[in-house]
Amino acid sequence: MKGTYLGEFEEVVLLAVAIRSGDAYGAAIVNEIEQQMDRSVSLGAVHSALNRLQEKGLVDSQMGGMTAERGGRRKRLYTVTAYGRRALEEIRQLRNQMWDAIPHTAWS
Amino acid sequence: MKAPPTAEPRWAMRLLHWLCPPHRAEELEGDLEELFRQRVGEVGLRKARWRYVRDVLSLLRPSLMKRDEYSKPATTTMIRNYLKIAFRNLAKNRVYSFINMFGLASGMAVAMLIGLWMYDELSFNKQFKHYDRLAKLWQFVKFDVEKASYDVLPIPLAQELRSKYPDFESVGLSVSRNVILAAGERKLLKMGNYIEPDVIDMLSLNVVSGTRFGNTDINSILLSQSLAGALFGTGDPLNKLIRLDNKQTVKVAGVYQDFPANNTFSDVTFLVPWAFFAANDDGAKRDKDEWDSNSYQIFAQLKPGADVGQVSAKIRDIRMKRDNPPGYKPEFFLHPMSKWHLYADFKDGVNIGGLITFVWLFGSIGVIVLLLACINFMNLSTARSEKRAKEVGIRKSIGSLRSQLVAQFFSESLLMAVLAFVLSILFVQLTLPFFNQVSEKQMSIPWGNPLFWLAGLGFSLLTGLIAGSYPALYLSSFQPIKVLKGMMRTNRSATIPRRVLVGFQFTVSVTLIIGTIIVFRQIEHAKDRPVGYSRSGLIEIGMNAPELYRHYTALRHDLLNTGAVAGMSESSNSITEQAGGTTDISWKGKKTDTKPLVMSNYVTHDFGQTVGWQLKEGRDFSRDFTTDSSAMILNEALVKLMGIRHPVGEIVRQGGRDYKVIGVIKDMVKEDPFKPVNPSFFAVNYRNVNTINIRLSPKASSHEALANVEQVFKRYSPDAPFDYKFVDDTYARKFGTEERIGRLAGGFAILAILISCLGLFGLASYMAEQRTKEIGIRKILGASVFNVWGLLSREFVILVAIAFCLAAPLAYYVLSDWLQNYQYRTELSWWIFVLAGLGAMGVTLLTISFQAIKAALMDPVKSLRSE
Repeated sequence: MKGTYLGEFEEVVLLAVAIRSGDAYGAAIVNEIEQQMDRSVSLGAVHSALNRLQEKGLVDSQMGGMTAERGGRRKRLYTVTAYGRRALEEIRQLRNQMWDAIPHTAWS
Repeated sequence: MKAPPTAEPRWAMRLLHWLCPPHRAEELEGDLEELFRQRVGEVGLRKARWRYVRDVLSLLRPSLMKRDEYSKPATTTMIRNYLKIAFRNLAKNRVYSFINMFGLASGMAVAMLIGLWMYDELSFNKQFKHYDRLAKLWQFVKFDVEKASYDVLPIPLAQELRSKYPDFESVGLSVSRNVILAAGERKLLKMGNYIEPDVIDMLSLNVVSGTRFGNTDINSILLSQSLAGALFGTGDPLNKLIRLDNKQTVKVAGVYQDFPANNTFSDVTFLVPWAFFAANDDGAKRDKDEWDSNSYQIFAQLKPGADVGQVSAKIRDIRMKRDNPPGYKPEFFLHPMSKWHLYADFKDGVNIGGLITFVWLFGSIGVIVLLLACINFMNLSTARSEKRAKEVGIRKSIGSLRSQLVAQFFSESLLMAVLAFVLSILFVQLTLPFFNQVSEKQMSIPWGNPLFWLAGLGFSLLTGLIAGSYPALYLSSFQPIKVLKGMMRTNRSATIPRRVLVGFQFTVSVTLIIGTIIVFRQIEHAKDRPVGYSRSGLIEIGMNAPELYRHYTALRHDLLNTGAVAGMSESSNSITEQAGGTTDISWKGKKTDTKPLVMSNYVTHDFGQTVGWQLKEGRDFSRDFTTDSSAMILNEALVKLMGIRHPVGEIVRQGGRDYKVIGVIKDMVKEDPFKPVNPSFFAVNYRNVNTINIRLSPKASSHEALANVEQVFKRYSPDAPFDYKFVDDTYARKFGTEERIGRLAGGFAILAILISCLGLFGLASYMAEQRTKEIGIRKILGASVFNVWGLLSREFVILVAIAFCLAAPLAYYVLSDWLQNYQYRTELSWWIFVLAGLGAMGVTLLTISFQAIKAALMDPVKSLRSE
């Protein structure tokens, strides 16, 4: 189904939202991904991915939590929805299933 | 903690702020700033700034820039809806939209072209810095009954003005000549002026390299950039030597920027000091102190504040106050530069305008064509809008306010008008090269001129508003209940304005058709006029090089020997122009109180035979009579002036010598083909000539013949370029102005008819559609196709008939006035009017018939079943 298909980057972003649970907003997710994956990502890519995730109903957002570092501006805080959580689990399960299906002789 | 204020790249921040939808701005800017501050600590300011810019650019993607669709239901939304409906309407009625827009666009294009033309004419000569203070000397002289005007004057007048009249800031003599310029191997025949140095300042000459010449320079020359390029290519022309007419040598002192195209001096390609001319030209040497030899131009620059009229009055009688005043009573006056181009015609001592007539004529044609297009546009828009009464009803019942409907209809007509404007610019761009060719100008669209855009857009808006006013103000007043119940009926009075407008269109079209026919008839009339000699295969060569003189017999012999030449002679000027005239002529019985001007022509013995003039009486010049060196041949006009029945054998005294009249020829048209031929005489003279006339043999092809002639000329004058002119071409050029008017009038007439027909076509199809049911019922009751066709055509035929009745007297009035300008003119025959009327009627019927027959052939079952 096209609507629920998750791209590789979307999956990474969704995972990052889950990791930063409670304090997941644009800049934080950029930091998280850069730390975890050791690659630089652009803010635009992250926001556009968040946007798509929200359109698909995998994350939810609300405004809040202004801080001085942001010049007093509020953040958009993202949370993973139940549907998003299930999507992540399904992906993981699918991967595991496929890992298990690899015959041992394949590596020899 | 506070970051330095210049830390973030400002422009990137602004860019984001400007492009970002408001509901996202806060979080994105916050994220950016937070990341930036953190990175300044981690990787340093430079890299942080770089990342900042990259992030901003990465944020500028469509998915993030999308505005929230439901955030602001503002007026823009509604206007967008109107435009959408407008476009849908355009697409739905393709034919109408096309007719409407195409018609308006071509009208606008015509107006734009004419506007450009008028602008070009009105800005003529305005490039000069002292434009408002420059003037040219003219004189009125009275040979006969009327005062004639000339812009040629005696040399000493310049010094007189300079020394005795303090109103002049500077005065300068000038004379134009065609000269062969030879630089090394390159030889060109070009026109240039011999001028006094003061003229350089008057013309605000832009010397781009080298220096101008001063009072002490004699053998120097200033070249225009184009001529310098033609003579020296890319090399440096400064201080190079140029031979003029293979006689004297001058040194290039400087190069100036070419005079612009819309300028009196646009033909002038080089300037040589007057002192050079005065020292070398025989005429100038002779005329140095001669007050009655009028061959030179004088330009003057007045002091600031001096009035042209007052100064003219002061200098008027300079000659008459001196000793021994001539019989032609010269009156000097100043013609200001602002009038040189557009007001150059004088009649009996009064300025009667000139080209300005055409500026106004074309200006009004432009306005009228534009008006026609606007009328069409309004007619069609209003006719179509009645179809949309139901839409108005539905919109109103759903809750549209009247003001919203007004806005809707206006936005539609404005859209159309603006689209038409864009289209018209395209038309102008496409037709401009052609128009430039016809009008002999070099115009371009002033893309950079805000006034042009302002005028164009302002006009489109005005047209849109006027055209949209009827549907906007009238349709929006409908009561929805009546409209939807189908009680909407156009009352008859609503169609009256439309009929008046169509009638007006056809009045203009018929007038223009008649005008075009008359202009072309006038040109044909003058072209068919017997010229008194034969032009076919007649060529002329100017005798610029001195080697061509004194070899008459040998040159003639050699030319005839080639077999390609049937005749050769020499004359004192080209057969298509008249250079000199005299009042110093008398005969037996001449009235002493008049001083008629008689044109003087000097020719060789073979002239008559070469050009093929037609002897009426007596004989041609002949070498068999040695007395022919003092013989004269007269033209019919002179015989008529003399009032002598049999002039052959009479004695005419001219310039202190007696001549015996040996023959009379039929009038030869040498000057204006629209004017009567001036009285002229011809006498034999082998020295006072400057043109070689050659009749090519009809047996050889003109290409071969010319090659042969060129060979002979190269033998005598190896240094001069072989530059010949066919008399046919030179003569045809005399019709330039008239042909231009004819072509332009024809073009406008065709456009006006086209535009009118477009409108008619639209209206006819609209009417046919409106009466679909009526036609259906009529057919069922037994009407034939012809009946229905007549029914639909009748109204328009009556309109065209009325238009014709209005146009005919109007055209008659305007054109008989125009023809008064020509002494040799065609008649306003009645058949021209009938032809124009029938033409208009035919075009009308053709246009309507297409729709009428289509409607008449429709199956009544189909047209009546539709409800």
